[in-house]
Amino acid sequence: MIVEANTVRFDSISLDSGATLAPVDVAYETYGRLNASKSNAILVLHAFSGDAHAAGISHEKGKPGWWDNMIGPGKAFDTNKYFMICSNVLGGCRGTTGPASVNPATGCPYAMSFPVITIGDMVRVQRMLMDWFGIPRLLSVTGGSMGGMQALEWAVSYPDRVVSAIPIACTTRHSAQQIAFNEVGRQAIMADPDWNEGNYYGGKPPARGLAVARMVGHITFMSDDSMREKFGRRLRGKETFGFDFDVDFEVESYLRYRGSEFVNRFDANSYLYITKAMDYFDLTNGHGSLAAAFERTEARFLVISFSSDWLYPSYQSQEIVSALRARNCDVAYVELESNYGHDAFLVDVAEQTDLIRGFLASTVEKAA
Amino acid sequence: MSVPPAGKQAFVRELLGRSDYAIIGDIVEPGTKVLDLGCGEGELLEWLAQNKGVKARGVEISGAKVQRAIARGVSVYQGDIDQGLADYPDHAFDYVILSQTLQETHRPRKVLGEMLRVGRRAIVAFPNFGHWRVRLSMLVSGGAPRTKLFPYEWYESPNIHFLTVYDFENLAALERLVVERRYFLSGHRKVTLLPNLLAEVAVFLVSAAG
Repeated sequence: MIVEANTVRFDSISLDSGATLAPVDVAYETYGRLNASKSNAILVLHAFSGDAHAAGISHEKGKPGWWDNMIGPGKAFDTNKYFMICSNVLGGCRGTTGPASVNPATGCPYAMSFPVITIGDMVRVQRMLMDWFGIPRLLSVTGGSMGGMQALEWAVSYPDRVVSAIPIACTTRHSAQQIAFNEVGRQAIMADPDWNEGNYYGGKPPARGLAVARMVGHITFMSDDSMREKFGRRLRGKETFGFDFDVDFEVESYLRYRGSEFVNRFDANSYLYITKAMDYFDLTNGHGSLAAAFERTEARFLVISFSSDWLYPSYQSQEIVSALRARNCDVAYVELESNYGHDAFLVDVAEQTDLIRGFLASTVEKAA
Repeated sequence: MSVPPAGKQAFVRELLGRSDYAIIGDIVEPGTKVLDLGCGEGELLEWLAQNKGVKARGVEISGAKVQRAIARGVSVYQGDIDQGLADYPDHAFDYVILSQTLQETHRPRKVLGEMLRVGRRAIVAFPNFGHWRVRLSMLVSGGAPRTKLFPYEWYESPNIHFLTVYDFENLAALERLVVERRYFLSGHRKVTLLPNLLAEVAVFLVSAAG
């Protein structure tokens, strides 16, 4: 399945901060076909560093999408049945307007003049995209991590637009620990002299800071078990310690590789803006309580967490489920056993496939 | 919601192979809301949803069973029964089902009370410890009884609160519960005489007084 990215331009959007952003480009991909009644659309929401290329092989680079093992003919999100849409988030750097985009008022990249955005703003842009497609109700909204946060925001902000939601390995609001890790990443970027108050476009990007931020991120995505299994204390291409500060351990090599690879595909300022949006996210905002937030929600929910995920621990998913039960909503929940930590939502395909396939089939049945 | 043909119900009963499920299938009115505590892989809930058009929800502690339940399209929550009940508002369900689990709970009275807070009616099915085989097993062996329904060694048994038909009737009276219907089973056969001696499984439909 070779897929191509598309872009649609919207005139402007009013943001939660009070600012207005104009225009807004949105990069998206679709897989499968929208049926005549437009009732088979599922919106896939990517995690922090993801993009619109969720599935298939990209026309441009020949790379598979970030959830390609879950989306496609016969897969969990079966493109023979469902019309899948994935777009790059507002503030991103993969085709949708973000800090690296050119501000039409100045002719220069926004950089730090880009307004601070929220998960709510990201979802508002996605709703504009659904209006543009002419899709009145989404059969489902789904995603892991920050994608799951957007799925929750959809269910709360646009309850009449979603039939079901599948938030995976996520939370209704960041804990102090989650904010702390994001802040370490931001500080690493801003401490890099090449960051230059965000004005590095056309010059040298803050590659060292961004790489360190990503290294920290990757530690939080794994688990003690998965790291022991993958690296242990193995040395990298040597029999004894080097007695210097080059790479000794496999794990160091892995993190350095992940860090430097990330620099090639991600914009440091987007890192700042998107992590800030995640930290600001709090589903209870303006509602008082989580149960009150879900007051108008009629969607069915399938909530999934992973046993070894310490970045988005199961208790956070259970909070979602408790609030939904207090509202007497239709909710299924399971904590899947996994060693992969937070990464499990991208890796543990087989178990999620059965769950999602059954949940979607019964959702279609109930909606009929 | 129309009631499905009797032939199909009988077939499904055989498929499920649990006589208490068959009774529960008969009790539950079409189009109602049902919560099954300790629902396993959701077989009963799936059957009730498909044949009685009920809104089916379940609670189950085993993750592997929850996975299979969700895969068959039933909305099941992984958690323990106490936690499962506490979240729900009053009278969220028409029926709350507890099938062959009451004797495994730490605080059966509390569970029963919560079932009747969350549900308008409770359906409780349990193995009858007063069955003559249990009595005989204990009388003859002098050890903790082991029968078809109580197959465990005492140190491996999940059953911690053994009860009989007689005991449940007394508890219902103590709690001022209204026993709306009672069924006594031996295998797939209904027991009409001396239930406390002859019933292997009892199923009670109870509601709170007033």
